[in-house]
Amino acid sequence: MQAVLEHSAPKGASERKGKRTGLLLLSPAVLILLVWSLVPLAMTLWYSLINYNLIDPTLHGFAGFSNYWYLLTDPDFLYSLLHTVILVVGVLIISVGGGTLLAILYDQEFFGRGIARVLVISPFFVMPTVSALLWKNLMLHPIYGVYSAMMRAVGLTPIDWLARFPLLTVMMIVSWEWLPFAVLILLTAVQSLDSEQKEAARMDGAGPIAQFRHIILPHLSRAISVVVMIETIYLLTIFAEISVTTAGGPGVASTNLAYLIYSRALLQFDVGGASAGGVLAIIIANVAAMFLVRSVARNLEV
Amino acid sequence: MATLELKSLRKTYLTEEIIKGISLSIEDREFVVFVGPSGCGKSTLLRMIAGLEDITSGDLLIDGQRVNDVEPGKRGLAMVFQSYALYPHMDVYKNMEFGLKLAGVPEKERSEKIQHVAATLQLEPYLHHKPGQLSGGQRQRVAIGRAIVRNPKVFLFDEPLSNLDAALRGQMRVELSALHRKLNATTIYVTHDQVEAMTMADKIVVLQKGVVEQIGSPLELYHHPRNLFVAKFIGSPPMNFFSAIFQNGGHDGSSVQLRDGTLLHVPVSPPDILPGTKITVGIRPEHVELAPASDDSGVVEVIERLGAITLVHVRCADGQIIVVQTDGFTTLEVDTPVSLKLPPQHCHLFAPDGLAFEACRRHPLAA
Repeated sequence: MQAVLEHSAPKGASERKGKRTGLLLLSPAVLILLVWSLVPLAMTLWYSLINYNLIDPTLHGFAGFSNYWYLLTDPDFLYSLLHTVILVVGVLIISVGGGTLLAILYDQEFFGRGIARVLVISPFFVMPTVSALLWKNLMLHPIYGVYSAMMRAVGLTPIDWLARFPLLTVMMIVSWEWLPFAVLILLTAVQSLDSEQKEAARMDGAGPIAQFRHIILPHLSRAISVVVMIETIYLLTIFAEISVTTAGGPGVASTNLAYLIYSRALLQFDVGGASAGGVLAIIIANVAAMFLVRSVARNLEV
Repeated sequence: MATLELKSLRKTYLTEEIIKGISLSIEDREFVVFVGPSGCGKSTLLRMIAGLEDITSGDLLIDGQRVNDVEPGKRGLAMVFQSYALYPHMDVYKNMEFGLKLAGVPEKERSEKIQHVAATLQLEPYLHHKPGQLSGGQRQRVAIGRAIVRNPKVFLFDEPLSNLDAALRGQMRVELSALHRKLNATTIYVTHDQVEAMTMADKIVVLQKGVVEQIGSPLELYHHPRNLFVAKFIGSPPMNFFSAIFQNGGHDGSSVQLRDGTLLHVPVSPPDILPGTKITVGIRPEHVELAPASDDSGVVEVIERLGAITLVHVRCADGQIIVVQTDGFTTLEVDTPVSLKLPPQHCHLFAPDGLAFEACRRHPLAA
């Protein structure tokens, strides 16, 4: 909008009229954006400042910052924050690390490469709820699961993954979903590397590891930063996988910020407290996004 | 510095043979140019020498050592690629440093070597620029610098000038020749540009379809092409050809009858062929002489004036076009009837199998 306005810098009456036409044409889009983003934001901000509990209508009135205070001093909140960070960082490490290695592997010539590529991409097309169900019931179920059958087949006692390592298991499931995305982006980046550069490095005496470190990895750095940015945006709000597999439990062992807000609002019906959590989540996401965008923007410069 | 020897090198991709047994020896400090039409295997041959392509059979010797199975980095060669293949995320200094670093050269020595090479190539102001900030000619120089700094036994160039514009190409050609004189390094240079081949080479290797057609000095190829292919390929504009009937011949020359009945006595000794055999006569445009029309043997069809020279395309009575190169001052015009004179000492004769008749006397510059 700014650009449009500056472009038609008003000088005379006719130009002022032109500017008004521009504003008029812009207004539907701006209005829709306002209604869709600002209204919920304003409502969330307002709810976070009042006492609003669906179970207890007697509790009402302006609450000030007591919702925030209650949340910030709640150990569950700090845990959920920690779990969010662990999930984001863990999945990023697994998907970017594994994605880079797989991308280089799938760049090599081998028999059945086309089919293998389709297979490696396919988990990305499975929706989060379904993949969480698949992992929970088909693979990791302590009695019927494929994994448990494999363990028993060699005489070992299967581990009940979701009960014993809930956060780690959620991380694995989410990584399984996001690894294909990283492979997809990084594979195209690997393929865009000029083969003469690798050959020049070979002539310079670089072995496969030196080539990877000095030629391939720097070439991939932009693609990696794009993957990190996009994945972070989605990983901050992991919800379906947790809801389906552990429901945030046992206790709060696998509750992240998104799930905490959900449980406050729709399990404990504390709209005020949940809204306060939402506002905090917005602030955290924006701080993270600011750092990310800045570092990615620097990386995208030549 | 080094000598190179190729012993019946072969390369097969799947079932197709790309290089069909090439034998060649390259002397120390020699500038050898591989030239040929695209797809003739010249780049493949270079990459086999570099070690970037496997050798299917045959031996490659550098300084008498068989290096078929030696890693490219350990053969002591350096290569300049067509796309330059500079590392885009490293500045000029680091591009040149990379090979030295991997070879474990100490920091101080690296810096000395790079400074020295940068001074030779006038790259000092750009040492801390990234390749993306350099012009084509500068990138070219960095690629050459990266090769020189490793002090290789042999330099390999894979069409290094083909990405430059014409003016810069001419300039870099002179610079490369001067650099070769200064470094005195054995050099193998691949190009499809015959001007580069003629001006820079000590020895030209003409390749076609994975086979060596001729090896020789530039003027040897020009004055004594071994067969029709080399005769067509070397020289611009290309040689004119027409068919003729072999009459007879001996040690002092061969007589042929052209289609219009003219008899030519060419100072070349014939191979073992029968009188009456159909052969090919070739003559370069710069050697054909134009005479005022005594008959209607030819008509000027097109005139290309290049300033210093003029190319006259003459349509003969039998419909064939013959290109004649004359000086820039000719007053000829299109549609003027002309007749052509073929000085016999400049004619080349080619037997039906494409091989040239042996010249009775070698050209003094191509002995």
